[in-house]
Amino acid sequence: MLCERCQERPASVHVTRIINGDKTELYLCQECAREMQPQLNFSIPKFLAGLLDYEPGLEVKAPPAGERCRECGLSYEQFHQTGRLGCPDCYHYLAARLDPLIRRIQGSSQHRGKVPRRAGGNLRVRREIERLRAQLQQLVEQEEFEKAAQVRDRIRDLENRLGEQGGGQ
Amino acid sequence: MSLNLERNSKWMEGSGPQADIVISSRIRLARNLKGMPFPNLMNEAQEVKVIRQVGQAIRAPGVFQAVGELRLQTLRELSPVERQILVEKHLISPDLAEGKGEKAVVLRDDEAISIMVNEEDHLRLQCLLPALMLHEAWRLADAADDALENELDFAFDQERGYLTACPTNVGTGLRASTMLHLPALVLTKQAGQVLTALTKVGVAVRGLYGEGTEAQGNIFQVSNQITLGRSEEEIINNLSAVTVRLADQEREARELLRKQNRWQLEDRVGRAYGILTNARILSSQEALQLLSDVRLGVEMKILRGLDQRLINQLMVRIQPAYLQFTAGKEMTPFERDVRRAAMVRELLAG
Repeated sequence: MLCERCQERPASVHVTRIINGDKTELYLCQECAREMQPQLNFSIPKFLAGLLDYEPGLEVKAPPAGERCRECGLSYEQFHQTGRLGCPDCYHYLAARLDPLIRRIQGSSQHRGKVPRRAGGNLRVRREIERLRAQLQQLVEQEEFEKAAQVRDRIRDLENRLGEQGGGQ
Repeated sequence: MSLNLERNSKWMEGSGPQADIVISSRIRLARNLKGMPFPNLMNEAQEVKVIRQVGQAIRAPGVFQAVGELRLQTLRELSPVERQILVEKHLISPDLAEGKGEKAVVLRDDEAISIMVNEEDHLRLQCLLPALMLHEAWRLADAADDALENELDFAFDQERGYLTACPTNVGTGLRASTMLHLPALVLTKQAGQVLTALTKVGVAVRGLYGEGTEAQGNIFQVSNQITLGRSEEEIINNLSAVTVRLADQEREARELLRKQNRWQLEDRVGRAYGILTNARILSSQEALQLLSDVRLGVEMKILRGLDQRLINQLMVRIQPAYLQFTAGKEMTPFERDVRRAAMVRELLAG
């Protein structure tokens, strides 16, 4: 079988492409496959960029001129090309464009996981209170009132601690 | 540090829950240092600084108490073959092995903990255990992360969680994955269907060596896609449940094969064993495929007297870099194929 692109060399590469649900199959020779590589390669940055362009909720398509991270200088364009941010502060300075993208790829924009002891501040305590409240609810439903009382006291302790911290600041 | 590349990694032990199908469990945490550009924008001085800070942090008493002794090795000091072995043992990524600039890896003696320094993120802490032990791996990673956080300032945001170079990792920075051997699903042509269904429950499926690689030797890697908006426990519980479900599906397919195609199955296993114990030339791809058949035979108790540990070790030992390292010289692909066959014969013959 001859390569479907150049019709000269024998085909040795089988490529399946699915674009918007349309499946196309190509039989190519090594050289044509290599030449078509940039189109065929799946890249996360391009994928991310693609997602951005189709973001329906995003009304301002063109980023305002000079939208850059004030810490590392990365522009939104650069992120758009590489899919990589420049520094932790990019999340802050490029938030207007970045947050919709994060919501889109993650399905959420609120961290619910682990909170580091030192950098996490009050969040760690607030999280613990949330977790205990859920536990309390469960214990009440299971009619384990003794355990529930213990959990309730623990919640009070933590709330007091938060209150003291808040007052002291 | 003396890097003992020939030793076996913890994950190769081949025992634990669901060990008949689940080969290993991995937890990866992406962490970055505050006030420092991400690796793609770092200059050499900054790269060296990150390595130095990580090197100091792992020597802190708290880290030792939490997870034992960790040792740092800069990649510059390793030969290309030595770097490649770390990839073949799944301890570092191909990107870290091939990347330019100052990079390092931190290892615990049993290789259950490894930390890539200056890969896509400043730190990528990984815990790799045998069989389905995601929760155990998470506990170990969590302990190491806590201890390191005492020494290093990680970039963290109350809303967005741990800040990472790529927004696909932001939040928990957690990628949990399991490596499964699914030959019966492949043989009964259900693999594609089952694995496509998985992507609908937030799970990504890849080949043996991660993103963009094929499933060699019927080994698939499944991992969580979402890192933000769920707790680590939720992510791990979900992936564990999916892994158990997949393993059940594979067992059903195996029983079906045993019932409907018993002779073909036993023939296939027996032939694979026959070739492996008699061949004089073996490519790594052929070896992996045959090892997959032999592994199936061991797991279904068609072949006796062999254990998973040996097969896990063989999976690493047949790889090009490992072969050349143990031979003590560089070899052409053909020389490797000959040596691979000899080594497999010797180890399988016991």
